[in-house]
Amino acid sequence: MATSTTAPNADRRVPRAGSPARGAARRPRGPRRSLLPYLLLAPAIVLELAIHVIPMVVGVWMSLLELTQFHIRDWSTAPFVGLENYRATLDLNSAAGKELLHSFWVTLIYSVLSVGFAWLLGIAAAVVLQKPFRGRAILRALFLTPYALPVYTAVITWSFLLQRDTGLVNHVLVDQLGLLNERPFWLIGDNSFWSLLVVSVWRNWPFAFLCLMAGLQNVPGELYEAAAIDGAGFWRRLRSVTLPMLRPVNLVLLLVLFLWTFNDFNTPYVLFGGSAPEQADLISIHIYRSSFKTWDFGSGSAMSVALLLFLLVVSAAYLLITNRRRDDHA
Amino acid sequence: MRETAGERWGRRIVLTLLTLFVVIPLYVMVTSAAKPLRDVQNGFTWWPSRPTLQPFVDMWSTVPLARYLVNSLVVSSVAAVCSVAVAIFAAFAVSRYRFRGRGVFSVTVLSTQMFPGILFLLPLFLIYVNLGNATGIELYASRTGLIITYLTFSLPFSIWMLVGYFDSIPRGLDEAAQVDGAGPLRILFRVILPAAVPGVVAVTVYAFMTAWGEVLFASVMTDEGSRTLAVGLQGYSTQFNVYWNQIMAASLVVSIPVVAGFLALQRYFVAGLTAGAVK
Repeated sequence: MATSTTAPNADRRVPRAGSPARGAARRPRGPRRSLLPYLLLAPAIVLELAIHVIPMVVGVWMSLLELTQFHIRDWSTAPFVGLENYRATLDLNSAAGKELLHSFWVTLIYSVLSVGFAWLLGIAAAVVLQKPFRGRAILRALFLTPYALPVYTAVITWSFLLQRDTGLVNHVLVDQLGLLNERPFWLIGDNSFWSLLVVSVWRNWPFAFLCLMAGLQNVPGELYEAAAIDGAGFWRRLRSVTLPMLRPVNLVLLLVLFLWTFNDFNTPYVLFGGSAPEQADLISIHIYRSSFKTWDFGSGSAMSVALLLFLLVVSAAYLLITNRRRDDHA
Repeated sequence: MRETAGERWGRRIVLTLLTLFVVIPLYVMVTSAAKPLRDVQNGFTWWPSRPTLQPFVDMWSTVPLARYLVNSLVVSSVAAVCSVAVAIFAAFAVSRYRFRGRGVFSVTVLSTQMFPGILFLLPLFLIYVNLGNATGIELYASRTGLIITYLTFSLPFSIWMLVGYFDSIPRGLDEAAQVDGAGPLRILFRVILPAAVPGVVAVTVYAFMTAWGEVLFASVMTDEGSRTLAVGLQGYSTQFNVYWNQIMAASLVVSIPVVAGFLALQRYFVAGLTAGAVK
């Protein structure tokens, strides 16, 4: 009977008779039942195929076509050009290649800094809110608010704060504190990178806080008691108890935050009103603009595929290194 | 365990700084929504020269905000409900059955969440446009197209969180129902779902928030008729004027429902994240 192949696995997890699969084996409807998990999954699989997998395959195919504005209406006429799009966009001697490389470095620095600061703020908040005190619930809700806001309202508000003549930032820095004589521009030029970074940290740190808070709930209080009896101070407890216990959460959290920030489109798009200054030209914005400005979807797809390959390699390397280190510890 | 004076002061300083960082933009959003236009056109002020609710009235006529709001509401609600319905069945399968491909399914679904949105954007745009030309099914520039797109965005995380919830429901309950002759679907609807209501509600709110806040696909896949808030709010900056007070008023109005929903359910998100992380 077909279900008999699934029953032992089910039993490994629930070592009691009468789990669903075993129950099925007892009934005459058994063989049909083994199809059931697939039927339950079918809607999810169809949707994932239609919106994620097929477009991805189509995207790879598009990157091999000369899919410029002349062929966009009927893309079956677009000629096959092999790796020409990749050669053109990734050629670091050409203007397009230099721009892409610049955008890549900007995105990488932005992601590393943004994830680092978001994590620091998140761990600080999670640790100081670990023990109950009056007002803790209110602060926790407040700290989560930036993450709960729709991204565009949060970023629009920041762009108002950062306006040169009417914004709060220049009002405080120039008018009230007198730190600067000139009113700097925050949304164009070199400053735009730092503006983008602050906005992204403001928006992302609550997610780190939420995950680390959830992680800390799994740390048994006795560990801290024991450490305190041994005379461990705050930093020693942080280093020897809290951080090691949070390691599984951190492993996932840092990777997820990095991938999200690296692919971030919304923050620069809303902050700079559709076009980012070159100092803050993140890779998603770069691909978006060069695709829709010239309607050259072929090279846009080639850049997207290259981006995906890069992220896959980074993720795989990250998982490999962190797994190996875990084995060393064991 | 006694707290030392240094720890207490450290905690106060950290909390004060974080609170200021979080609160200042929120404060500006709220106070600027109550400012007359000339206040936001000149130098910044901490308090409105004459507090007014006029921006909350004017914001409906400067841009067709009501239409954007309806579009966003329809798209986000339908996408959220469909996404959760699909996720419930998938999570039930992953949580309660051992079948070939179970691991592959989980990993594949979760990893799509990590892929750059821009990767799907260009092909999906072309597929929608060409499908419309070939068959007359309007997915490009329609709410249906956005709904289908958005419901897959929240699907992976919804499945992941629901699997965590379902796993935490004792199998003894299933078995008891089975002894009474209940089939799998009956077990799902009569035993598991009632016990997982907080999780299902939290996931629904999450799916709604995802669709409500999405910008990239909304900016490409919509036209004037199907435009959502994410794109529509940019309409307050015209070439003559930027109505910052109305932007802040509109931002406040479209933020409050999702923020309230998220904060009301935050402990269920924490529970879901914990359940997921333990595995």
